[in-house]
Parts: sequence; C-alpha cells; structure tokens
Amino acid sequence: MSAVRVPSLVAPGAPTVPRVQPSAWQRTVRRFRRNPLSVLGLCIIVFFVAVALLAPLLAHPIERNPYMIPHQGYASDPRPPGPGHPLGTTEEQFDLYYGAVWGARSAFVVALTVVGAGIAVALTLGSLSGYYGGWIDEVVMRVTDIFLAFPGLILAVVIVAVLGQSARNAMIAIAVVAWPTYTRLLRAEFLRVRDMEYVQAARAMGVRDVFIIIRHVIPNTIYPIIILASLDMGGIVINFAALSFLGLGAPPGYADWGQLISLSHNWILGTAGDPFQYWYTLLVPGVAIFLFVLGWNLLGDAFQDIFDPRQRGSV
Amino acid sequence: MSRFIARRLLLLPFVALGVTALIFSLLQLLTPAMRASLYITDPKQLNALPDIIRKYHLDQPVYVQYWEWLRQVLHGDLGWSETAREPVLTAIRGYFPATFELALYSFACILVLGIWLGTLSAVQKDKIVDHLSRSTSISGASLPTFVWGLVLLMVFYGHFGWFPPGRLGLDADLFVRSPQFHPYTGLLTIDALLNGQWWLLWDALRHLVLPVATLTYFITATLVRITRSSMLETLRADYVRTAEAKGLPRDVVVDKHARRNALIPVITLAGLLFVGLLSGVVITETVFNWPGIGRWGVTASQQLDIPAVTGFALIFAGMLVLGNLCADVLYAVVDPRIRLQ
Repeated sequence: MSAVRVPSLVAPGAPTVPRVQPSAWQRTVRRFRRNPLSVLGLCIIVFFVAVALLAPLLAHPIERNPYMIPHQGYASDPRPPGPGHPLGTTEEQFDLYYGAVWGARSAFVVALTVVGAGIAVALTLGSLSGYYGGWIDEVVMRVTDIFLAFPGLILAVVIVAVLGQSARNAMIAIAVVAWPTYTRLLRAEFLRVRDMEYVQAARAMGVRDVFIIIRHVIPNTIYPIIILASLDMGGIVINFAALSFLGLGAPPGYADWGQLISLSHNWILGTAGDPFQYWYTLLVPGVAIFLFVLGWNLLGDAFQDIFDPRQRGSV
Repeated sequence: MSRFIARRLLLLPFVALGVTALIFSLLQLLTPAMRASLYITDPKQLNALPDIIRKYHLDQPVYVQYWEWLRQVLHGDLGWSETAREPVLTAIRGYFPATFELALYSFACILVLGIWLGTLSAVQKDKIVDHLSRSTSISGASLPTFVWGLVLLMVFYGHFGWFPPGRLGLDADLFVRSPQFHPYTGLLTIDALLNGQWWLLWDALRHLVLPVATLTYFITATLVRITRSSMLETLRADYVRTAEAKGLPRDVVVDKHARRNALIPVITLAGLLFVGLLSGVVITETVFNWPGIGRWGVTASQQLDIPAVTGFALIFAGMLVLGNLCADVLYAVVDPRIRLQ
C-alpha cells in the first residue's frame, strides 16, 4: 500500500503555515480608516443620528406635534442667543435651538423616506425592466427619460404647486424626482447580472423567476444602489430645504432647516452700526444643513472608494 | 455626422410629446372644479361654468383633452398668469432675458474656472493647490445655494454695501423704462453698451456679481471634480508619456495633448451641469430678487397660478432638452469615434 502523493502547490522550503488573510470586513475597515475624511464624515453622521434619536431629550417638545417649533409671542424681531434660547430666536420667536435639533430628525425622516421610496420603485420597475427586457424595458426607460428631461427642482416645484404646499407633498415631489435615477441604475445592474453563470445555472435548475430575482440577482446588485443612496441623502435634504426656502415645503414654524433659513431672508441686513446683528438666524440652520450634507458626501465618497476601485482617489 | 444630428433631431418631437404629456398628467391631479376655474378670468364668468367646461372640452375623455390642450400650447396660448397680470407667453418673453443673462454669465465663469482649476488640480496632484481646490469643491457640493447666497448678501451687501440685490438700481431702472433707452437684446449689459451708457453697464454688472458668484461656486465644484479625474486618467495615457519622452515642455503636453482629450467626457457631463444650473437659477433668483422666470415661477406656484406654472415648466424643460441636444452635437463634433458608431 503506497501513500497517495498529493502534488504540493507550495514551493519547497516555503513556510507551510498559511498566513492569516484579513477578512473582507477587516479590509474594508482598514481602507475606510486610511482616509481621515471618511472618518470625519462618519463622525458627523453618527453625531446627527444621535441628535435625531435623542431629540425629545435634548429639546423637550411642548406642542402636540413635536415637529412644530414652540414660540412665545409673535414679536417680529429675532432675539440673540441668551437665557431660555441658547441659539437665539428667528422672526416670530421660533426657538433656533429647538429647530436645529428637531431639524436633524426631520432631515432623516425626509431622506430615508425618499430613498426608501426610490429603492422600492427601482426594485419593482428596475428589476422587471432589467430582467425581462423587451417592451417592458422600452416603456420604463422612455418614461424615465421624460422625467429626466426636467431639471429636478423645477419638476418638484410643479408637483407641489399642483398638490398643495405641505411637508408631506414636498416629500412626494422629491421622491417623484428621485426614482428615475435609482430605477436606471438598478436596471443596468440587472442587465449585468442576469446573464451571469450562477443565474443561468439557477434557471437551468428550473427555479422560478421571482426566486432567482430575490435570492440571486438583487443581493448582487444592491451595492451600487447603497452607494447612490448614501451620496443622495445630502442632496435630498438640500432639495427639501430648497422647497421649504422657496415657500413650497414645510410651513412656517416646522422644524426644518430650509424653513428656518427662509425666516432669515428678511434679516440679512443688520442695523447701521452692526451689519451682522442677526447672524444667528442664518448661521445656525445654515451650519446644521452644511454639516449634515458634508457628512453624507464624505461618507458616500468613502463607500465609492471602497466598493469601486476605479474611482479611487478622485475625491 | 449629419446623420447623427438628424437622428437626434428626429427624436426631438417624441421627447417634446413625452414632456407635455407629463405636464398634462400632473395637471390632472387638480380637481375638475379647479381645472375649470383656470379658464376664468373674471368673477362674472362663474355663472357660465358649464359653458366653459364644454368650450374647453373638460367633459371629454382624457386623450381628447390632452389633444385640445396640446393644440392650445402649440398655438402659444398658455393662458392668463394672475401673478404677472398678463398672458403667460408675454410674461415669459418679459422675464426670459433676465434669466438668460444670469445663466449666460454664470456658465461662462463656470467653464473657465472649472476647467482651469480641474486641470491645475490634476497636474499638481496632492500638492497644496490640489488640496485647496478639492476641499473648496467638496464644500461647494455640500453648501446649499440659498445659504451661500444669503451669506454673500450679508457680507457684500449688508456689511460692505458693494453689490445690492435685484437687477438694477432705482435710477437705472427708471432710465431703462424711459423712451430714451432702446432695448435691443433684453440683456442689460449689452443694451447698455449699445446705448452708450457706461454708468448703466456699471450698475448692471454690480448687480450681476453676487448671483453669478453664487451659481458659479456651487456648479464649478462639480466641474472641477469631473475635469480633475478625467485629466488624471489622460495624463497616464501612453501618448502623453510619449510626448514627454520626446522632450516636449510640460505646459505644451498638458495644454495641447492631455487637456483636449480630457475635455471629451466633460462635454457629455455638460448636460448634467446645465441641469444643475437651471435648478440653481430658480433658487438664486429668489435669493437675490432677480426678476427672471425662476422667481416668477416660484411666486406663481405659491399662489396657485397654474397657467404660469405650466409655462414655467415648459420653458425650463425646453431649455434642458435643447441644452442636452447641444451637448450631444458638440460631443459628436469633438469626438469622431461617436459619429462612426
């Protein structure tokens, strides 16, 4: 009985103990930590998540609807930071601290709702269109073409004008603007994946289409969607704030940064001796929205760097 | 070449049909009573509501309504704008030059600044210029237009008093409306020159600075990123290395060899920049009280002036479609590989 000789792939003399390979997760974390800007972005977002979650503790709601900023009286002049109002008040005495804190919460609500709606539509239309192709694909793509023929904000303005002005309708408008991008991206990914060997194998085994899509295709197409969503979070919040700023989104007194900024529009001029007298009405909500969007942009870039090596180093 | 352009032009009517269909379906979200009331210009007409419904085919099936509506639009009959107090088409004609002037100067600044900074940042990769321009561009992408515009107003109007909002000062506005002034183009800076009024040119430019700076800052941010990454890719190409190996000066290689090719993908993305510019124009006009189409459209949507909103949507969609067409044609002109496909 002779021992079966196993041909060795390891060169003679090389150490036989295999080196411990870092797992995919460890590599991701290492690549993430290498770029200080990504870490900064993550810190900013973690901070905003904490503020949004702890909003009822940080700023105790008084009104029945916690998103409405409490205000004492209707005096028109903004008041500077002082006791009772750590960041001052806007015109009509809306408390800026309360607005900034609850604004974080409403920013997350808006962004997550819109991204969720965008992904939901993309998963239905994009998967039908990318997986089956043919006339479904043609119809879906031409419809997205038409939606993309409008500058996003202008389409949103028209939708709000028709539906009426409210925070909910502004969210609907932004979701209507957002879905074509998600659908097109998911369709392109589906086209890439649907002819892969493992999908063909599943099909040859007689697995039903619904199962193939859910178990095999979607898990392999979801990363680009996550990158797009993370890059889009800031843009969605900017668009919502822009609608509020234009007087087409959240009503006055709603805890939304854009709405607070629109309340500062009348106060960019100070008094004769003190041109920056009302700086806080603009800077408090302005800095909040800037940091929020900056955080998401940095984080989205980091995701893109990690998952898509072609783009590495292009900011 | 001409076949490529002809094919793009053939698609144009279909895009136009789709765009109008989308606007029309959005209008269907209004209640029937609201849609009928769009045609009422005088309270006395309220009794004649059934006649109006019949006259404008509002009791007909949707496709008949769409056809009738489209026919009106094609005849230039967009209805009466309550906010502008004149027919929508006249209002658009009145507001368009202001918007066009703003967009024109901004686009020129964006192209020059964005391409220059993007190239500089790629050539000096990881040096101080690169870091500066990258951090400026990433903060530009994170700062909402209206915050930036208001900060500029606070500093340069509130503190220094250099650049006031609006399009003209009081004297200049009166002069422009007087019979002494001939509006040749509607673009105030050019009209001022043609009329030989230097003080008017100065006044118009003073009002242009801040809105143009606002739009330029945040769209240049995108352009710098695109140019930089395209330039970095091109600088690694073989022909660039060959040119350097032959001993050509660095400047010549960058200007003549690398940048020309790096700009090709930038042209495709010019359409994207144009979209950003059009959305930005709406906000910028509101921030700076600029009497253009954007501000009018926003006021109209606040006040349920639906005919004006429809006109506003049509004109912006039209500008975008034409802008994309120009980008495509330019792309084909610049890059022969596209034409041959």
